[in-house]
Amino acid sequence: MTAPLLEHEPEKVEVDAATRRRRKRAAAIAEAASAGWKVWLVKIVLLGVIDALVIYAMLALIAQGNWLVPVVIGAVTLLVNVIYLKPGLLPAKYLTPGLIFLVVFQIFVVVYSGYIAFTNYGSGHNSTKDDAVSALLLQSQTRVDDSPTYPIRVLERDGSFYLLTTDPDTGAFEVGGDDKPLEAVDGATADGAPGFTTLDFGAIVQNQDAIGALSVPLTDDPNDGFLKTTDGSNAYLFTSTLHWDPDADTMTDTKTGVVYHDDGRGAFTADDGTQLLPGWQVWVGFDNFVRAFTDSSIRGPFFSVLIWTFVFAILSVATTFVLGLFLAIVFNDPRMKSKKFYRVIMILPYAFPGFLSALVWAGMYNQDFGFINQVLFGGASIPWLQDPLLAKFAILLTNLWLGYPYMFLVCTGAIQSIPEDIQEAGRVDGASVWQIFRHIKFPLLLVSVAPLLISSFAFNFNNFNLIYMLTGGGPRMADASINVGQTDILISMVYKVAFVGADRDYGLASAFSIIIFVLVALISYLSFRQTKTLEELN
Amino acid sequence: MRVNKKGAVAIAALIAGSMLGLAGCSGQAASEPKKTTSGTLTVWVDADRARALKDVAAEFQKDKGIKVDLVVKDYGKIQQDFTAQVPTGKGPDLTIGGHDWTGGFVQDGVIAPVELGDKASQFEKVALQAVTYDGKTYGLPYAIENIAILRNTKLADSTPATFDEMIAAGEKAGTKYPFLVGQDPQGSDPYHLYPFQTSFGNSVFAQNADGSYDASKLTIGDAAGEKFATWLGSQGDKGTKVINLNLSQDLAKEAFLAGEAPYFLSGPWNVADAQAKGIDVAVDPIPSAGGETAAPFAGVQTFFLSAKSKNALAATDFLVNYIATEDVQTALYKAGGRPPALTTAYQAAQSDPIIAGFGKVGENAVPMPSIPQMGSVWDDWGKTEAAIIKGSDPVSSWQKMTSNIEAKLK
Repeated sequence: MTAPLLEHEPEKVEVDAATRRRRKRAAAIAEAASAGWKVWLVKIVLLGVIDALVIYAMLALIAQGNWLVPVVIGAVTLLVNVIYLKPGLLPAKYLTPGLIFLVVFQIFVVVYSGYIAFTNYGSGHNSTKDDAVSALLLQSQTRVDDSPTYPIRVLERDGSFYLLTTDPDTGAFEVGGDDKPLEAVDGATADGAPGFTTLDFGAIVQNQDAIGALSVPLTDDPNDGFLKTTDGSNAYLFTSTLHWDPDADTMTDTKTGVVYHDDGRGAFTADDGTQLLPGWQVWVGFDNFVRAFTDSSIRGPFFSVLIWTFVFAILSVATTFVLGLFLAIVFNDPRMKSKKFYRVIMILPYAFPGFLSALVWAGMYNQDFGFINQVLFGGASIPWLQDPLLAKFAILLTNLWLGYPYMFLVCTGAIQSIPEDIQEAGRVDGASVWQIFRHIKFPLLLVSVAPLLISSFAFNFNNFNLIYMLTGGGPRMADASINVGQTDILISMVYKVAFVGADRDYGLASAFSIIIFVLVALISYLSFRQTKTLEELN
Repeated sequence: MRVNKKGAVAIAALIAGSMLGLAGCSGQAASEPKKTTSGTLTVWVDADRARALKDVAAEFQKDKGIKVDLVVKDYGKIQQDFTAQVPTGKGPDLTIGGHDWTGGFVQDGVIAPVELGDKASQFEKVALQAVTYDGKTYGLPYAIENIAILRNTKLADSTPATFDEMIAAGEKAGTKYPFLVGQDPQGSDPYHLYPFQTSFGNSVFAQNADGSYDASKLTIGDAAGEKFATWLGSQGDKGTKVINLNLSQDLAKEAFLAGEAPYFLSGPWNVADAQAKGIDVAVDPIPSAGGETAAPFAGVQTFFLSAKSKNALAATDFLVNYIATEDVQTALYKAGGRPPALTTAYQAAQSDPIIAGFGKVGENAVPMPSIPQMGSVWDDWGKTEAAIIKGSDPVSSWQKMTSNIEAKLK
């Protein structure tokens, strides 16, 4: 497959000593690679190592009670073995590693976000129903006011655990277990009781799940409360205000008698609409998408953010492209002196980490202490980042500074690859400089640069770093129910919905990301189709 | 064709490498639960706390045979990571955190109550109030923090009792700023401005008899609150410009360290840096702007117990019988510079004039409300204060904020 390439190149490139050496070395390696048994040995050893590791990983995962992941890993490894051991299948041999990485790092993430977008995952709906039930029961246990501390020993008999304590009133030693109220036992001491084994701390720790769950009723009347130990040496008297009925699927408040039903929306809800939180994660269908487009306090900010995202991405590409192209043409002029020096300077902004530059710019824009107001405007008080319009302008200006070196590089390369003779032909025919640019250089340039403009658009569409570091999305929108600002783009809004503040809504944030994904995919598809026609024209 | 086989070998090597990596990960994951059942307590701490807890962790292991694994985390990430990881069963048994996270944690069902037993009475009242939520104690407090006036003793010899006198004294000092308080152009800083708000007799929620907040009664919008808003406007862009939104926390700190102001409203976290710069810092009460006592919020640093901990008994034992001791609380105080929460350790720390200064201001402090809705309260509150400082009408902005918050609390 690569052979034709090797054949073509030597004819064009002048053969010097270094090239010859390199070619010789490549030939030697190729020779060695085809040496048969050596390759097979390496292949088998490497595949063996992989298989061994995979089997180990599968066993470890199965030991944890995980079944799906080991099955998937095993199937993939089997496939990898087949691909590399079977002769032929050349495309697969090349593509498999890339495909595996694509699935792990891209497809899985996209699919998972898609899944989250259809759930109510977020604050208060954080885990499974079982977790929610046990958390609610845990939270509903209240220590009885002014009740004494019961010093205890943990006892064991026939695999069940018991608490031994001293009655604070009578001083009698009493033993009780699950559903077995405390009662005095003959012959019991502070350290143990006949027929029971006393556990030491190590044994308690080994069985702490069971012991922690142990609740010993004080008397036959459940309303008197129950003893629970939280550290293995003391017990306290608790009462619970919630009762869980797994059969009816209801929580009952034992104090008020209010019954909370599972409402199918991931929380126990009373008839009057009060919810018990924590709830749990459930599938909510298109709710998050519906909310994004219909809830007026979300829809308003969402559409204004959407419009600004497009404006930002389009203007960012346009301004950086125009400036980059202009500079590329200027620095490509043969009359320009010290071109190399200027080119290095030009590329500097591109060499700094973008988030760092954004932070520095944020400092420079400070209304009272920033470089721009203090030095460039002689102490003026221009609210660069606090006025909605100025903040947008400031972002575009910063992005121009950050982005033009890239366009400059790309355009310089593209211009230099335009054959000189076409331009000369134009000159001979009497075309002006502008005509040569407009009708010869620019269309040829666009053929190679247009795909890069599209990817630059997609990049800026999701240019989180810049927005987050420069303005943090501000100034804030006063009337939005979600925390968004005038300069937020979609991706920074998604971040805020998901991770900032006390009310996190991963479901809604994922729904927004899906919308972003669809938009970027659609625009890229349309523009690439457009570029193709451009290519055919030439 | 000849070259392709070489390519295949390279690819195989690549896969081997990646599989090694993957297997490495799963290997770790597999050994984790084993560790927990054989007795390991995993505790999330930040770097300072990790150093302070090393000894007590070793002691606990010696006494009880249970290893305490101190995992150093970035403090800023703990709240989010804890909420996300506890439900998966991979979270820690214990974590440090601010008491104001309690409400959110309870709503997400990720923390369990910690029964302090008789130890409860040995803590400072404000610390115990802070970790109490819905009548139960969630977590064990270890440090209390609040803001106060940091005074550069070279530039001013005392802090007057009222705000106007302080500004006058600050201007007499002839420095660039009379007084510094860190702000944010987008969201002001209600936490740092709260002492002035309380000095007008306003509070965000009504207070219970014991001084804690009753989150069901919003009082921020009363007449005293409007008076504070008017005062805030008079100190903003259209007035004296003493409170400047563009002076961020970093800039304010830098100015104080450079000796550009005698007074700086800040917390214990900035004292060490100022002293390192050679500034002789005194800690004074916050002057009153509205006539009543200026009471800041108290923040209480807490150990939380995971609701899904498989080591709940051992973890509680570690907290109640090891962390809640004077030695450990003192060690934590020395590592963080924040007054300890255990009363005996707290009193011992008072010999340090800086701690005593913060402690004196803290006597009036009330724990920050920890209800989950507090997030949106902060949001509206800061946004409105920023607008007022910028010059919008104080009273009407304040009223609008109150109705917004009311709507969100329902």
